[in-house]
Amino acid sequence: MIKVEGLTKRYARHVAVDDISFEVGKGEIVGFLGPNGAGKTTTMRVLTCFMPPTSGKASVAGFDVLQDPFEVKKRIGYLPETPPLYPEMEVGEYLTFVARLKGIAANEAAKRVDEAAGRCALGDVKNKLIAKLSKGYRQRVGLAQAILHNPDVLILDEPTSGLDPKQIIETRELIASLSGDHTIILSTHILSEVEHSCQKVLIINRGRIVASESVTNLTSKMRGAGPDMVSIEVQAEHLNPADVRQRFEQITGVSRVEVKDTKDSAVTLEVESLSGQSVRPLLAKAVVQAGWNLQEMRGINMSLEDIFLQLTGGTAVASPALESPATNNSDAGEQNQ
Amino acid sequence: MTNIWVICRKELKSYFSSPIAYLLITVFAVIFGYFFWRAIAYFVQAGMEMQMSGRMQPMSVNELVIGPLLSNMSVIVLFLIPMMTMRLFAEEKNRGTIELLLTSPIKDYELVIGKWLGSLIMFLVIIGISCLNILLLFAYGRPDWKPVLAGLLGLILQGGAILAIGTFISTTTKNQIIAGSVTFAVVLLLWVLSWLNFEQAAWAKVLAYCSVLSHGESFTRGVIELKDVVYFVSVIFLGLFLTERSIESLRWRA
Repeated sequence: MIKVEGLTKRYARHVAVDDISFEVGKGEIVGFLGPNGAGKTTTMRVLTCFMPPTSGKASVAGFDVLQDPFEVKKRIGYLPETPPLYPEMEVGEYLTFVARLKGIAANEAAKRVDEAAGRCALGDVKNKLIAKLSKGYRQRVGLAQAILHNPDVLILDEPTSGLDPKQIIETRELIASLSGDHTIILSTHILSEVEHSCQKVLIINRGRIVASESVTNLTSKMRGAGPDMVSIEVQAEHLNPADVRQRFEQITGVSRVEVKDTKDSAVTLEVESLSGQSVRPLLAKAVVQAGWNLQEMRGINMSLEDIFLQLTGGTAVASPALESPATNNSDAGEQNQ
Repeated sequence: MTNIWVICRKELKSYFSSPIAYLLITVFAVIFGYFFWRAIAYFVQAGMEMQMSGRMQPMSVNELVIGPLLSNMSVIVLFLIPMMTMRLFAEEKNRGTIELLLTSPIKDYELVIGKWLGSLIMFLVIIGISCLNILLLFAYGRPDWKPVLAGLLGLILQGGAILAIGTFISTTTKNQIIAGSVTFAVVLLLWVLSWLNFEQAAWAKVLAYCSVLSHGESFTRGVIELKDVVYFVSVIFLGLFLTERSIESLRWRA
């Protein structure tokens, strides 16, 4: 549905998007992930024909953004970062205006507006001034505006930014309900967003794609190859954290032990194994043999958050030892290009 | 065509759902009303004096009242127009709604003409207020209506031209205040240019020819001159053309 090849966008002083390529199939929901200023918005603006690319090609539904912008625009619903609203208009009035703008005939506009407003749960604010709406409602009006003409492709730039948790969940559900008939690209810097609503994720940093994978793939890949991280809480009377630490360090396969927390008689440690080795049974056995109580033992999973930080070169949350798979992955990402 | 109308209607609604339309109408009505009253008072006084002195001469409402009023109007309008055009694109850019407009399946020229047409209709509404005053003259006297129409046509052409310039200036900035002030400065310049007519040099003549005011004059006397019509139509065209180009360059720079 969407095909981008070697897309580059250069501004006067810097390169916003540097030679990126990707493809999105029909009906897919793709998350565009990256820190602020990574080039997400720029890429979206190119796809929506708001601005032309410096070089490279982008096409939507087979129409090139440079050659047939008109056809592309007809097939795209776009929600920019700040919803493009006119505060002096009423919701219904605004949606009717957008419907007409998108080329929907006057006699059909009312029906479409009702439909879109219904889907975004805007029925009860239709006669309210947009200026009087809360942020969450504004976002919904923005979404309604994007789906009015029933476009093949929906491009949503940070659809949940600035919303409260309840509104985020509502928006997420709304996006999920829109999937199926629409191909959706949404950008975000909130990772749980992608985990929740997307099938595929494109991680972009400094204008380059550093990973492009399905969400499940990405996490399992990171998890499988990497070392096992375990958080373990041990409790006993007069427990000396250093003792526990020493004992754990002697277990074969353990590469690093760190005392995280000491509380009265309980100690929480973080244990890291060598790649591919499972040390959990050994840890449990060691605790029992020493006569301590094992309060808790849980694996520390790499969240998308960690993967993201590693790929984008931020400070790793987990540990420096995890860096090796990360580099592997970014290599893979580059090969995918 | 439909797209132009959609944009135009939206612009009109924006004018009337903010105080700006009512403010402009009121200001214009008050100022024009004052000038109207002065002109009538002068006319009546002159008529009385003539009666007293016994030297009766034909007095023309067209020449003594309507002509001066129309040329007054064309000056007042110069000052009102920046306030009408400053928001046209600057506001869209500031609010980010320009993204909606530029990613919708409409052509840039439709957007530009729609916006300009919206402001022109707003302008016509303002002018319409003054027409009420002039209609009063028809109720009590028998002025010739053809020069009035010519004068109004001149006013509309002049308004359209300045609106086009203002529309262009509005695309160059996000800030309405800047758009308004620059438009005002340019309009003032175009007005002042006619003073160069007293110079003898060729360049002065050329510049003076560009003045809006020198082209509006003959209309107020009820004369429609082709060169003036051509002047205004070309300024409108130039203004809208530049606007369209500016929108396009916006895409490349954005």
